[in-house]
Amino acid sequence: MGYFLQQLINGATLGMIYGLIAIGYTMVYGIIGMINFAHGEIFMIGAFISIITFLTLGLVGMGWVPLALLVMLLTTMLLTSVYGWALERLAYRPLRHSPRLAALITAIGMSIFLQNYVQLVQGARVKPMQPLISGGFRLLKGGDFVVNLSYLQILIILLTVVLMIVFTLMINRTAFGRAQRACQQDLGMAALIGVDVDRTISLTFVTGATLASVAGLMFLLNYGVIDFYIGFLAGIKAFTAAVLGGIGSLPGAMLGGLLIGLIESFWSAYFTVEYKDVAAYTILVLVLIFRPTGLLGKPDIEKV
Amino acid sequence: MAVLAEAKPVAGRLDPALLLKEAGAIAGIVFALTIALVGLRTKDVPGGLDIVTRFSDVFAATIVAFCGRLGLILLREGRALPVLLVSLPFALALMALLLYVQLWAPHAGLGHYLPFDSTVVNWCLAIFALILAGRAAWSLWHAASTKSAKEREQTMDRVAVGVQKAATLLGPLLLAFAIVLPFLPFADRRILDIAILVATYIMLGWGLNIVVGLAGLLDLGYVAFYAVGAYSYALLATHFGVSFWICLPFAGIMAAFAGILLGFPVLRLRGDYLAIVTLGFGEMVRIILLNWYKFTNGPDGISGIPRPSFFGLPFTANPPEGTQSFHDFFGLEYAPIDRIIFLYYLILALGLVTNLFTLRIRKLPVGRAWEALREDETACRSLGINPRNTKLTAFAIGAMFGGFGGSFFATRQGFISPESFTFIESAIILAVVVLGGMGSQIGVVFAAILLIGLPEFFRELQQYRMLAFGAAMVTIMIWRPSGLLAHREPTIRLFPKEAARASRK
Repeated sequence: MGYFLQQLINGATLGMIYGLIAIGYTMVYGIIGMINFAHGEIFMIGAFISIITFLTLGLVGMGWVPLALLVMLLTTMLLTSVYGWALERLAYRPLRHSPRLAALITAIGMSIFLQNYVQLVQGARVKPMQPLISGGFRLLKGGDFVVNLSYLQILIILLTVVLMIVFTLMINRTAFGRAQRACQQDLGMAALIGVDVDRTISLTFVTGATLASVAGLMFLLNYGVIDFYIGFLAGIKAFTAAVLGGIGSLPGAMLGGLLIGLIESFWSAYFTVEYKDVAAYTILVLVLIFRPTGLLGKPDIEKV
Repeated sequence: MAVLAEAKPVAGRLDPALLLKEAGAIAGIVFALTIALVGLRTKDVPGGLDIVTRFSDVFAATIVAFCGRLGLILLREGRALPVLLVSLPFALALMALLLYVQLWAPHAGLGHYLPFDSTVVNWCLAIFALILAGRAAWSLWHAASTKSAKEREQTMDRVAVGVQKAATLLGPLLLAFAIVLPFLPFADRRILDIAILVATYIMLGWGLNIVVGLAGLLDLGYVAFYAVGAYSYALLATHFGVSFWICLPFAGIMAAFAGILLGFPVLRLRGDYLAIVTLGFGEMVRIILLNWYKFTNGPDGISGIPRPSFFGLPFTANPPEGTQSFHDFFGLEYAPIDRIIFLYYLILALGLVTNLFTLRIRKLPVGRAWEALREDETACRSLGINPRNTKLTAFAIGAMFGGFGGSFFATRQGFISPESFTFIESAIILAVVVLGGMGSQIGVVFAAILLIGLPEFFRELQQYRMLAFGAAMVTIMIWRPSGLLAHREPTIRLFPKEAARASRK
């Protein structure tokens, strides 16, 4: 029971990170119908900017943890969102009316480019970081097993919930949110009624990148070690989460992320650690075969 | 809207404030992009990480972005002369300085005057300045190009048609060149190795072309079949000592079987979803190879894979007692390059078989069904084509050629491990197919030479190789979204061309 509860907590934490990345996939897919393959790389860049900011703060002697965290969060959100904007502007906008395969190839090319760019400018070695937040609550002591809920996990879950509330309000209440939903329904029609489509798509990428950068920061804090290759696997899993939740659906992305995190956590705990990535792919295949619309997605009707 | 956007540039009055604002915005974005990742480099020190600053590169990049953007805006507004006057001397001066520092005075203090620390980036800057100068000069001597993007695309289409027509002539020429290549005076070991690599990718590209180009099924996990082929040969050869020529068809069958296995569950999926599932399948195969230690030797890989023999004649200097080696049999002097030449011809033959097979099968009912399926699945279904069988044959046959390629890879390397079968490999093969123009056989050849062959010659720039590869993928796709030599001619017409022309009269 204690073991189960611990895996539940760990899985939920992991799921929050996947969910934040998955929102970027699902928003972009909903609006321009392409898989933004380089989104995992944006997440990786967010993690790198976080660690660089942390080290720089250490150099200038700012050691108070809450303030350091806040500065890291704001810096990585700001600088990573510029990467999201530049990605769309340079690689995807020129291809908006091209065959979908072309956009997919550019996305893969961009993914390779960004990975190697980070490897080149920051080195290929893994980047370790001392744990910034330690300690936690002791929830349950069943026999010889202790269930811990660390402060870090509380922070990750709280931060995700706050972000989700802000994000939901943004999509439901603001002018950008209305424009975003309009574009998602029909790009051409939205343009006809005076929505600035280019700007909305740009902002969608910026929003997605911002959320992914927060996920990058959380990943860094949670695992304490990053390298230039983390974006690939995290990206695939987050995409799986988006598909599982129903691509195009925002609550679905979060739900899917949570499920993927839990499944991965339980799989490693009760089956084998080596095959935990196979679990994610298997789920992806199974969902696509048996329920291609995902859990919360709308059916995609093809008209002839 | 399109008309407004493409209004001809007129040398009217320029608003300097607007100009500076636009260029300043780009400079600001470049600054934001580079300040953290380029400006602050993490460095390993005992006990953790430290930061090394490289702000000079950030400022150089920002200034370059500002000036470059300014130049482009001025060009757009029809003010080419000042751009030319600034960019040409700058490019020439930078190149002269670079050459001087590199060739004659590597330790002189002049290197401090270069904008970036890295020589490669400096060269890129010089080339960019030269291109800018070239464009400025072009627009000074010619009237501004009035061609719209669509017209330019049509021009490229015509070129593509021309090249494809020429392919009937060009193909045999290329083939003749490929056959005599090992005997040309400049063909040393290095050239042949590169040629073998390019030929491998051409063969894989042709194999994948069946799945992606003909049947229109986007496959991001092609490397799985490549891996199945390679491991089939490696395991059979090392455990049972079976020869390469017996293993080759077997590896193909195993890979085709894997293709059907993958094909079955994903039959219903289309487009991007199919791509992601095939990607997942490819990664699953790799993870299984990595973790199934007893069977595949895990991350250590399989070494000591036997080399192929020439109809039983091995390519060794001292053959075992009682056997003859290749050079003994033909009474030649022993030369280690013989084996490389043989490998080269082997992959060339495999590639040609793939090509011939594809060209012939396009004319068979199943080939036509593939192409029909690519164009419209619903129409196909209503015309009585069985999409399931058609897709499965495409997967199986494409996978079979992947398996052949894998066997060749195993015998060439002599060592295989899961490291060789990562997603990036699938992406490269797919890029070769898509960049060449889907369905175009000669396009695959050009794309493979461009993407695989060219970077191999710049091995010294190893660390920039994949960076350039990614950038090239993006640039080519933006420049020509349907591929370099994309051109779709129906394989069969209801009325042949002449008849159609006659009926129109």
